[in-house]
Amino acid sequence: MSVSLLFWVLIALGAAGYIVGRKKALVSAGGNQLGLHSLVGYYGWSVALASFLAGVCVIVLLKFAGSFAEVFSNPALLTIAALAAALAAFALTFVRIDKDFRARNYVEAMVKGLLFTASLIAILTTVMIVFSMLFETGRFFSQYSWTEFFFGLNWAPNFRGDSDLGMLPLLWGTIYVSLIALAVAVPIGLFSAIYLVEYASPRVRSFAKPAIEVLAGIPTIVYGLFALITVGPLLRDWFAQPMGLGNSSASVMTAGLVMGIMLIPFVSSLSDDIINAVPRAMRDGSLGLGATQSETIRRVVIPAALPGIVGAILLAASRAIGETMIVVLGAGAAARMSLNPFEAMTTVTVKIVSQLTGDTDFASPETLVAFALGITLFFLTLCLNVLALYIVRRYREQYE
Amino acid sequence: MTMVQEHRPETKTASAAVRPPVRENAKPPKLTARNVDVFYGEKQAIHDVSIDIPRNQVTSFIGPSGCGKSTFLRCINRMNDTIPICKVTGNIEVEGTDIYDPKIDVVELRARVGMVFQKPNPFPKSIFENVAYGPKIHGLTKNKTELSEIVESSLRRAGLWNEVKDRLNEPGTGLSGGQQQRLCIARAIATRPEVVLMDEPCSALDPIATAIVEELIDELRNKYTIIIVTHSMQQAARVSQRTAFFHLGNLIEEGATEDIFSNPKEQQTENYITGKIG
Repeated sequence: MSVSLLFWVLIALGAAGYIVGRKKALVSAGGNQLGLHSLVGYYGWSVALASFLAGVCVIVLLKFAGSFAEVFSNPALLTIAALAAALAAFALTFVRIDKDFRARNYVEAMVKGLLFTASLIAILTTVMIVFSMLFETGRFFSQYSWTEFFFGLNWAPNFRGDSDLGMLPLLWGTIYVSLIALAVAVPIGLFSAIYLVEYASPRVRSFAKPAIEVLAGIPTIVYGLFALITVGPLLRDWFAQPMGLGNSSASVMTAGLVMGIMLIPFVSSLSDDIINAVPRAMRDGSLGLGATQSETIRRVVIPAALPGIVGAILLAASRAIGETMIVVLGAGAAARMSLNPFEAMTTVTVKIVSQLTGDTDFASPETLVAFALGITLFFLTLCLNVLALYIVRRYREQYE
Repeated sequence: MTMVQEHRPETKTASAAVRPPVRENAKPPKLTARNVDVFYGEKQAIHDVSIDIPRNQVTSFIGPSGCGKSTFLRCINRMNDTIPICKVTGNIEVEGTDIYDPKIDVVELRARVGMVFQKPNPFPKSIFENVAYGPKIHGLTKNKTELSEIVESSLRRAGLWNEVKDRLNEPGTGLSGGQQQRLCIARAIATRPEVVLMDEPCSALDPIATAIVEELIDELRNKYTIIIVTHSMQQAARVSQRTAFFHLGNLIEEGATEDIFSNPKEQQTENYITGKIG
């Protein structure tokens, strides 16, 4: 039996369980609902959930075990074991059904377990991603010197071997682009949020807030096109060439500006919610003392909303660090360390993509370097998170 | 008392009754209101209220919930400006200055007419910074020493100094409810206002904290003119020299507190203070 068919069988079994469980409970109370401990539906659900969950658990466990030992992935074994477990759970729950059986609490416990499992899966996945990255990174460093990777100033991969894989130019590109993006997104996003919450009339707000959020719905490839076709040439013709800073239309500035525009809705939408959540009493207190509206915002509202705002900025920063498409189209693919913002540079993510495209095997340092780059990025965002936590704890002005 | 009404055509015509001001003593009243109407959108919340508030006395506004007493109080320092749909007509003067004159700086008005709110709302800052907030934004002090002096004297006057003098740098939100409300009173008087408006300042406090705040209000009237909105008739009787009774947006009766409570002129007032309505 295929897994999807097995799934349907388990659902059918659960449905049957609901009907018979409900029926038995009603019979045990002599047809009188009020004689039961729980609402009658709970008896049905207790049998249905128990049998279904038991079956699904066995499928998942056997599939997992099957990836280690071939014997467990036998389809017949899977079918039989899953059905057996489901039927056993069905029978065990069914015999317990009685008018005094606490079906409501039983269902509650199962729901709790279900929710716990969901969060466990999320955490375990993260841990496993990190481990797989660490594993591959280990293989990379067994073939390539870690000092040259972390401190090398030259990025020149060569698929015939003998490459220079220094990551500093890439890291510098990532940081440079992200900083420009944040310098655009944070003031504009934050100020527009303040305007929308504190000054805008409801009519303006009802129009402007969705309009800003539309920006968040534009695919990054479209932003990339915008950078390539419009912003890049514009910056080149109006700034870079007149100032003698270069002739490249692909530049850090192009990518940074466009990425900044992309990030505006993240900063503004989150800050908007957070500023809105500052209690009205705070504003009244300040206004009642004769503060102007902007004094109130600067001295009371923003400090109270600071933790959330830092969170919003951090989210934007993580997006900026991880962004690839805009950089490919806007900043080019040349790994370079330079202070000139009108020169083409590239970032870590772009190079991860370019190292892994094409038919390559995951054995040479030229491909494995992608994992080392990935783990470096991960570490970078982790540090940002820790830093933000520290800032929030240190400067928090907590209301209530 | 001239009526400056040119800039508000909606103001009631002469047919509306204007109460003669009640003169307790020779001094002119601190604050006068004439024919004040307040609208929330279409709904009229205050109908033609005229009242004189004498200086250096405590005036209490009493009445059942929704009678408009808080709304009227918030007109006096124009806190109703923060509600977009709220419209105020009529004339309110503080020391003879029309506070709804378009030329009036509302920020300066609120520095002169301070406010203490129903729920204690200390800022999420240190105790010191809470009290120093007003003096700082109004530039009342030249240096740190003067600022510290204002903070200390305000906290002393609010009867909070001895409890907090060793922890001025701790957050104001960490104090108990009663202490928080006294902190808010200290914060309000630190800007050296002439009038202090209190909107049910004790409704979130326990009886002991209430007693302390009431005692404080009584002391403060030497320096300030105080208007207090309260739900508690006992509180009005304890702390105020004058009482005004509001019902359904109308000012039914106002006068010396003893008269209102012992010998009300209006049937509605008597019904309220004897517990028949409200």
